[in-house]
Amino acid sequence: MTEQKVIAIIDYGAGNLRSVVNAISRLGYQPKVTNRAAELLAAQLVVLPGVGAAASCMANLQALGIDNTIRQLITENRPFLGICLGLEILFTATEEGGKHECLGIFPGQVRKFPVGLKIPHMGWNQVKQRGNHPIFAGIPDSTNFYFVHSYYAEPEDKSMIAGETEYGVHFSSIITRDNLVATQFHPEKSGEIGLKIYANFISLADRRDSGRLNMRRQ
Amino acid sequence: MLTKRIIPCLDVKDGRVVKGKSFINLQDAGDPVELAKFYYTEGADELVFLDITATPEGRDTMVNIVERISMEVFMPLTVGGGLRTIEDMRRMLMAGADKVSVNTAAVLKPTLIREGAEKFGSQCIVIAIDAKRLNGNPPPTNTQQVDPPRWEVYVQSGQKPTGIDAIDWARQAVEFGAGEVLLTSMDADGHRAGYDIELTCAVAKATAVPVIASGGAGNLVDFYQALANGKADAVLAASILHYGTHSITETKKYLAQQGIPIRI
Repeated sequence: MTEQKVIAIIDYGAGNLRSVVNAISRLGYQPKVTNRAAELLAAQLVVLPGVGAAASCMANLQALGIDNTIRQLITENRPFLGICLGLEILFTATEEGGKHECLGIFPGQVRKFPVGLKIPHMGWNQVKQRGNHPIFAGIPDSTNFYFVHSYYAEPEDKSMIAGETEYGVHFSSIITRDNLVATQFHPEKSGEIGLKIYANFISLADRRDSGRLNMRRQ
Repeated sequence: MLTKRIIPCLDVKDGRVVKGKSFINLQDAGDPVELAKFYYTEGADELVFLDITATPEGRDTMVNIVERISMEVFMPLTVGGGLRTIEDMRRMLMAGADKVSVNTAAVLKPTLIREGAEKFGSQCIVIAIDAKRLNGNPPPTNTQQVDPPRWEVYVQSGQKPTGIDAIDWARQAVEFGAGEVLLTSMDADGHRAGYDIELTCAVAKATAVPVIASGGAGNLVDFYQALANGKADAVLAASILHYGTHSITETKKYLAQQGIPIRI
């Protein structure tokens, strides 16, 4: 059996985290659903699922006092996985619901898909890989993943773009920086290959840099 | 490129799948969880479960089924049938459904769509429309007549006409916040003679959200036509898949050969 790792899923009160819990459980882990800063900081891996609207997500994270915890986790290069809105919220601001500030961890804007396209972008679409981040281990280039979103992020630092997808525009469908991974698609809805993304993410905890950080904290 | 979706639809009554008894490789072909796993393995792009249960006990069973399916199957799930309130929607979504479809309740109270979209996001709310042709079926061929075809919305499992124009209703429902249209042609449903392409195309053009064509699939060409000519984003099918006439794999291979973007 796999060694048990402490995996925290951030619950900011927007609703259904069950799919993410199910996917991680399927891999043999027992994720902890939490909104407490101490538990997030104690975890080896943290997942920020994307549910609901950006503005309410930000408001909830701030009300719970964990917006700064997320900034800290990412700054310390702890393994962190953002999904869908959990990717968008990392950037400076979003066009969703007018204009709203996001966490601002990375410079970049979150934009709505141009008019004339069916919105949301819903269904399976290919991710063209750039670079060779370990999140892609065993995953062929141009694999289809399941998307459902109306907004996409434009990172100012293009080196963060680990994968791109075409839907009217070419947008960043996966971003990485060391132990940070964020996907615009839903790996927990993308079949067995989606579970592979989770497995690869969990393996990031075995890297020496993230391990050292965790040791120091504990 | 965004691929077109192939979506098996399963009717569930009191916790049992009521169509598709002819599966031979399944231990229990009436078990929705077994069938969901079967289609997951086969490469279906999504699953729709339609709860045709009449009793509250059956409803509880459906919630339990959705919970079990979402533990085994890592693909999008839509659940519909008899959802009347925000609380009904919430129960299904919390059980693991990704989307809920509403039909009769939304016609009676269109604000249900808006409330659902505000609470859970538009992407969770599917407007299911049962439409029946008003001016003749089958549509007149070699027509000189200029009258465009029209369709009427029916509710209560297609039993009750509403006098509402289906295209107008689709447009309104999307304005209220529906993120997808599940469009069933009552004329075509069950005849296995092809989807109503004109209806599908008309709704696809009138709305800016994905449209799932439903009703009438009899062979692989029907899928192609709904996607290519009907401009549908996805095709829903029941008996053609359940009775093993064509498998998902075979369907996808065929459509890919015809140049339709498909996830293989």
